[in-house]
Amino acid sequence: MLNIIKSGFFTTVQDTGRYGYRDKGVPVSGVMDSFSVSKINTLLENDENSAVLEITMTGPTLEFEQDSYIVLGGAEMAVTLNDIIIENYKVYKVNAGDILTYGKLLKGFRAYLGIKDGFNTALVLGSRSYFKPITEKDSIKKMSSLPYTKCKLFSPKISKLKVDSVLDKTKLDVYKGPEYKLLTDNQLAQLFYREFTVANENNRMAYQLNELIEGNKVSMLTSATLPGTIQLTPAGKLIILMKDGQTTGGYPRILQLSDMAMSILAQKRSGDHISFKLK
Amino acid sequence: MSSFKISVRQFGVHAILVEWPNRVEESILDEILQFIQYLKKNHLDEKEWEFIPAYNSLTLICKDTVLDFDYLKPKIKEWYAVKGKIEPATRYLWRLPVSYDLEFGLDLEEISGELGMSVERIIELHSQSIYTVYGIGFLPGFMYLGGVPEVLEVPRKSTPRPKVLKGSVGLAGKQTGIYPQDSPGGWNIIGKSPVPMFDVKKENPCFVKVGDKIQFYPISMAEYQLHKIEGEVGIYNLEKKVLDA
Repeated sequence: MLNIIKSGFFTTVQDTGRYGYRDKGVPVSGVMDSFSVSKINTLLENDENSAVLEITMTGPTLEFEQDSYIVLGGAEMAVTLNDIIIENYKVYKVNAGDILTYGKLLKGFRAYLGIKDGFNTALVLGSRSYFKPITEKDSIKKMSSLPYTKCKLFSPKISKLKVDSVLDKTKLDVYKGPEYKLLTDNQLAQLFYREFTVANENNRMAYQLNELIEGNKVSMLTSATLPGTIQLTPAGKLIILMKDGQTTGGYPRILQLSDMAMSILAQKRSGDHISFKLK
Repeated sequence: MSSFKISVRQFGVHAILVEWPNRVEESILDEILQFIQYLKKNHLDEKEWEFIPAYNSLTLICKDTVLDFDYLKPKIKEWYAVKGKIEPATRYLWRLPVSYDLEFGLDLEEISGELGMSVERIIELHSQSIYTVYGIGFLPGFMYLGGVPEVLEVPRKSTPRPKVLKGSVGLAGKQTGIYPQDSPGGWNIIGKSPVPMFDVKKENPCFVKVGDKIQFYPISMAEYQLHKIEGEVGIYNLEKKVLDA
């Protein structure tokens, strides 16, 4: 078990997501920055769907009850293992009783903790990803614990990885969305020749942007949306759906983020700048 | 021969959007459901693909593959042209109990004034109609229902409620439906259903699917309380009827 001494601001268990229930209105969920998590699970030689902890903004304090191996990744935070500073994308052995403490957020927004063979929390509709009320909890709570399998010996093929991090990137590759054709020249100019700022309204469901563009009055029938779909509201607000985003919507879907752009955006917080580049 | 013209559009690299004419129509929904059956049976493996129907569209998603759109676009048009008449999956009419007690129907008296119609008449009209499920989304198990009688059309509330309780039955514009969980919401609340619309403990967590039909029937407060307990322990028996294609 991994004991939660402090939970952090918003810490969840996530795997690659819950698929096959979108026609019943269930969002896919799963890790927001799948690029960083795939590196973590690769280093641990885990299945790519192994569940990790997604740590948002401020991190937890954790105690390991059994021996295992861990890898950190995603956002850079000041993390110590028994008071010794440890770094991202490097395999560390942890022993029973070890304490992992997250300190200051240095760069990015979402940090990840991967463990050998992943966290073994309950599968709900085929996934371990937290999403209330599909799962009972929306995030991990103080004085609770998360199961994992003890691992005494593991000799990683690669013990450290230099990752071309998503943290410094600000350009988001986008594809044309289904309603791209509705955009006027003026709207296109507004979209592609300026920077946007991430609004305070940003979470696992959606990221809003502060700057408005010319609105769109077109009324359309409700239709499917995907993680990474950029909707344009009548008021000209851009709403980017993320992993917990609703599965249908009624606003024009003007653009669609690439998978990599989803990971880049997942590391942004209020006030950060981004821009779009059409693929 | 399929009678509608469809458009096929790329939707990112993992999905394709197929669209029918921009109308709310049963015959269009039928075509979409038939096409899903045809694709599942002949071309697109259900283990790899997700099929999301809603009103006049069908979104096909294959999460692990970067789709070759130039190859798939003509294929999808060709498949649609040759699909012929297919039996869609069995469709049901579900009869769902609703207590229209004023304790639950928070806005009944207000919309009675707006519509110039008695509360009894609103309940009668709302529960006589048969609604079609045109989509499921917004929340897990939330149904987009079509078929609200024109005389019951009433604008959504000017200020949404921060919390509408699970099971609440709402009415707004051309739409009615049940909130499957506590949620913010702007629809007028006219009653409450004790039937859980989404239950993660069940293998099929949501008994309703797109294309099914819904009818509400009024129950008393006492019946509501009984069904509510049945719902909580998972032994509720729903009234359903097979619909002929």
